Amino acid sequence: MTTVADTSNKTSFEPATHGFDVARVRQDFPILHQSVHGHPLVYFDNAASAQKPQAVIDAVKRFYETDNANIHRGVHKLSVRATESYERARIRARDLLGARHQEEIIFVRGASEAVNLVAQTFGRANVTSGDEIVVSHMEHHSNIVPWQILCQQTGAVLRVAPVNDQGELIFEEYEKLLSPRTKLVAMTHVSNAIGTIVPIRDVIEKAHKVGAKVLVDGAQAVPHLSVNVKELDCDFYTFSGHKFFGPTGVGILFGKKDILEHMPPYQGGGEMIRSVTFEETTYNDLPHRFEAGTPNIAGGVGLGAIIDYVNALGFGNIAAYEHELLAYATAALEAVPEVRLVGTAANKVAVISFVVDGVHPHDVGTILDQYGIAIRTGHHCAQPLMARFQVPATCRASLAFYNTRQEVDALVAGIRQVVKVFG
Amino acid sequence: MGDLDDLYQELILDHNKSPRNRGELENATCKAAGHNPLCGDRVTVFATIEDGIIKEITFDGAGCAISTASASLMTESLKGKTLEEAKALFKGFHGLVTEETEETEDGPGLGKLAVFSGVCKYPARVKCATLAWHTVHAALSENGDTVTTEDDE
Repeated sequence: MTTVADTSNKTSFEPATHGFDVARVRQDFPILHQSVHGHPLVYFDNAASAQKPQAVIDAVKRFYETDNANIHRGVHKLSVRATESYERARIRARDLLGARHQEEIIFVRGASEAVNLVAQTFGRANVTSGDEIVVSHMEHHSNIVPWQILCQQTGAVLRVAPVNDQGELIFEEYEKLLSPRTKLVAMTHVSNAIGTIVPIRDVIEKAHKVGAKVLVDGAQAVPHLSVNVKELDCDFYTFSGHKFFGPTGVGILFGKKDILEHMPPYQGGGEMIRSVTFEETTYNDLPHRFEAGTPNIAGGVGLGAIIDYVNALGFGNIAAYEHELLAYATAALEAVPEVRLVGTAANKVAVISFVVDGVHPHDVGTILDQYGIAIRTGHHCAQPLMARFQVPATCRASLAFYNTRQEVDALVAGIRQVVKVFG
Repeated sequence: MGDLDDLYQELILDHNKSPRNRGELENATCKAAGHNPLCGDRVTVFATIEDGIIKEITFDGAGCAISTASASLMTESLKGKTLEEAKALFKGFHGLVTEETEETEDGPGLGKLAVFSGVCKYPARVKCATLAWHTVHAALSENGDTVTTEDDE
């Protein structure tokens, strides 16, 4: 088999978009500088988990080397430092999301846990038989299954807002689903499988008109877009640290204070209580009421570090750079006759799903891997969306601000090899 | 790219492109469905057993090149075999794709199935190769439930 053109020697170059120096940014990510199967690594699986800059790795390392102790209530120096670092990260997250109060920021393991938390606390307390929960057809399984469980527990009904052939929410159909029975709308901000940006502000506004609360799954939005929960006026917003270039096992749930205050606790344990006797327990104040047990402290510290890092790059710069990269990649893939894009929304982040004529995505993924190119193949935890597009699986190249045009060229060359093998 | 050629050998590409014994078997005496939840591959195996011998065997379903070729080649190699021989082939094939072991003299002759020897170097793809075999195993054990590849570690 011939080798894909060695892109490492190319001199072509990344336009310095709006002062965004991708070559310099790449220096911050040690993992990117390696060979896989003898080729420079091209990491296009960012929507599954993004890579971490040195600043995050250092912050986690430094925490364990100098500050590690359990947080809150400790009177010794290390515990005080650990608590400060962890709570500083909470403030960073508050500012990242534009929330008013730090009590509105709850540390969770990730977006999945956040959705489950809201389903089992807000949901159990407020949703009853005959009520409705509205999701979209492009949800990740983690924003479907917790609601199905809640429906089984309460007798509520799950309603699904459809998407069109481009993979966009059909807004009129969504509106038709809303009624006084709608207790909650749980919708993704950005589709993990096909990159569609949902007009979430309008979704929220319409939901509020019928008195429904809205949870926004921002796992795929926060790595690409500037989010402001005050402007969106959402009731809950969540994202995962590891998809945002931070550590695994940590994420954020934002909830409006007046809603959180009336929610029953999620898990019982240490930290979430004020006082415990065998007769009665009173619960802690926000946000600790929802944070039972010792959390992922180092993960929280790492999350704080990544927020600082991304803020320094600037969301505006990132969005402008990614916008151009997405346009370049979309055009490059469309130029391959055997490639069909799945999800062509007008408003997208740099996530591209595609199929190659007559070749199963897993075979595409295996061959690309031999050229050092990491993409994801499968249903992307969005089986209903795959069914909507009548494909069992797709190939997904999900790009981040550290990816380059050169890497897109390598992907296209790799796909041409796939076509050749199966030709 | 020697590795890749090991995986996608001509015979595998050929059986992927033109699968043999594909389709439903009308007078099947046993059948089973298999599912690989990781990639969404689905296969159904139909077989007619007479006097302990696999007279006819077909498969239906959609999957990647490895799973399609594996199902196709499997039906070819199982046709005319006794149930005992089929079991031995299953064992031999499983060993072939999960461990880098050479075929031994006293083991069952894997014949064309040896073309899957490259799969063991691709741990993520082993389940693709074994899906049809797990399914036929269920069909022959008269276990009509859908089998999955998830216990295939």
